[in-house]
Amino acid sequence: MTTMMSIEDLHVKFATPFGSLEAVRGASLDIPAGMSVGVVGESGSGKTVLCRASMGLLSGSNVQREGKVVFDGKELTAMTRDQVRNEFGTGMAMIFQDPMTALNPVRRIGTQISESLRVRLRMDGKAARARSAELLSLVRIPDPEAMLRKFPYQLSGGMRQRVMIAIAISCNPKLLFADEPTTALDVTVQAQILQLLSDLRRDLKMSMVLVTHDLGVVANHTDFVAVMYAGEIVEQAPTIELFANMKMPYTEALLNSIPNIEMKSGARLKAIEGRLPSPVDRPTGCGFVTRCSYALQKCHDEHPPLVDAGNGHLYRCWFPLGHTIARKQ
Amino acid sequence: MAGSGVAHMRNDDGVVLEVRDLVVEFKVGGGRVVKAVSKISFDVCRGETLAVVGESGCGKTTLGKAVLQLPPPNSGDVIFEGTNLTKLPREQLRSARTAIQMVFQDPISSLDPRMPVRDLIEEPLSIWQRGDETERAAKINELLNNVGLDPNLVLDRRSYEFSGGQCQRISIARSLALEPRMLICDEPVSSLDVSIQAQILNLLQDMKDRYGLTMIFISHDLAVVKAVSNRIMVMYLGKICEVGSPDAIYTRPAHHYTSALISSVPIPDPTRKKTTVPLQGEPPSPVAPPSGCRFRTRCPAATEQCAAEEPQLREVSPGQFVACHHPRG
Repeated sequence: MTTMMSIEDLHVKFATPFGSLEAVRGASLDIPAGMSVGVVGESGSGKTVLCRASMGLLSGSNVQREGKVVFDGKELTAMTRDQVRNEFGTGMAMIFQDPMTALNPVRRIGTQISESLRVRLRMDGKAARARSAELLSLVRIPDPEAMLRKFPYQLSGGMRQRVMIAIAISCNPKLLFADEPTTALDVTVQAQILQLLSDLRRDLKMSMVLVTHDLGVVANHTDFVAVMYAGEIVEQAPTIELFANMKMPYTEALLNSIPNIEMKSGARLKAIEGRLPSPVDRPTGCGFVTRCSYALQKCHDEHPPLVDAGNGHLYRCWFPLGHTIARKQ
Repeated sequence: MAGSGVAHMRNDDGVVLEVRDLVVEFKVGGGRVVKAVSKISFDVCRGETLAVVGESGCGKTTLGKAVLQLPPPNSGDVIFEGTNLTKLPREQLRSARTAIQMVFQDPISSLDPRMPVRDLIEEPLSIWQRGDETERAAKINELLNNVGLDPNLVLDRRSYEFSGGQCQRISIARSLALEPRMLICDEPVSSLDVSIQAQILNLLQDMKDRYGLTMIFISHDLAVVKAVSNRIMVMYLGKICEVGSPDAIYTRPAHHYTSALISSVPIPDPTRKKTTVPLQGEPPSPVAPPSGCRFRTRCPAATEQCAAEEPQLREVSPGQFVACHHPRG
């Protein structure tokens, strides 16, 4: 199994008026070629920053990035901005969360899709237009010719997200980042878009990183999962292994908090009380200690290292689920 | 599907809100009219939670607002505790409306960013001149404690200093300030993370018990609805498809649309493969809805009868009503 992208010990810090804020703290993740990797976590867990930093999309004097990112055999972290830019479109592409704001409201759909074709693939206007129509039918938009002439405001959220996907796959990228591609959409449209992404990934032989806060989405559409909490990857495993053999109390809590269609109606949900610790004031021990129902003194004092449980299953917990030490609850 | 009828109306003493033949239409220029809600009738009993479920654009938010006469419906009756709100003069309507409050979808934009939390919650109390200053202060403290916020920490802060989940707690406290008897929640958790969703859903249940509320819960997510509702009404393009208890709706959905909605919900279990195909396409325009059953253009079981004749709601099992010529099962 070849690796499309490998992220090694990535740290991302932002300088803020409150001090240095470490959004990603030493994340390591391999994205195998042709596979789909889910990155799951709550808002503020660092999942979007992880993706953007790996792609080299974060820049500015207040951003500090450490670690190594290797994409398709090339070390992105050692490249200049222009060299990294060269990889966009044909190498890596991204679908953003909000299809309402990611499209330019004053340009026609056709112009927006053909832009990358003309710039990246040096197509002429006519060829780019023909290819744009093809891409629109690939993302299952009926009547692509008519769609090319429309403006984003004329489309529903689901249709806009399809257009975003068409733009992202326009130059046949090897790796597609999808950052919460369905969070702003209805459940029925979400099901359609996720199916579309899975089909495209298979047909175009892409690798994909699917960022989401919903473990339900991850279960059916990924091969591997990385769970993020407070800037760290706290558990990662092949999807089947993760759901069968969870180690982190956080992953379990996240799963339990999902309203399940099979639960008894009127049953109380198992919410995770509290919220993520502030990134400028994180606990010294385990990041999840403030909300973990199993936490012991050791969890407060010492930061848990990444433990390898075999089968590609890694986790960060002193007392993983199924551990023999008596728990508080 | 998507038909009319009153077969599901209960004629019982417990009915608090009765809505009959409600029609809401919006003029959109060029002589075109959006038929947002078309002749919908339903009732809600005291202490019950009625969930209204459907995709974006099905008219569920318009329906919720029309109950509050925001704006007044084009025709139909809204009878709350024996008073027909559509017939009340403006001042009487304002005062009758204090008993029905609404929690909106986007907790951040529904709170005035310039007002501290104290003023946000006090505003309804001062408008209606409830209590003197000390009584109000006590009331504000009580409300904030009940929604799980520490008054000492939040009273002087403004909405932008809070997360989405905290803002939704503030909105709920504000909506409860006038001690309403009915609460209309319009997608109260759809913009929140799954972990926070569970907290807010549990909070709404607690508030319902504590204040003896009757609720209308509007959502597009059947999994969320299952946790909170006693009765579910599925809507499509301004019409009712199906009404029934959660058990009936989830275990034996009679409408093809309900069944499609249920199969769109992602299940957090990678070993389970989906057996059903998600719903294809998007809802037609409410400007020119299909003839007969409005769902027929996407329905797997549609026949000529569905185009010619609008189905009426009828009872398929005790307490379960469906508007479909060819119900499932």
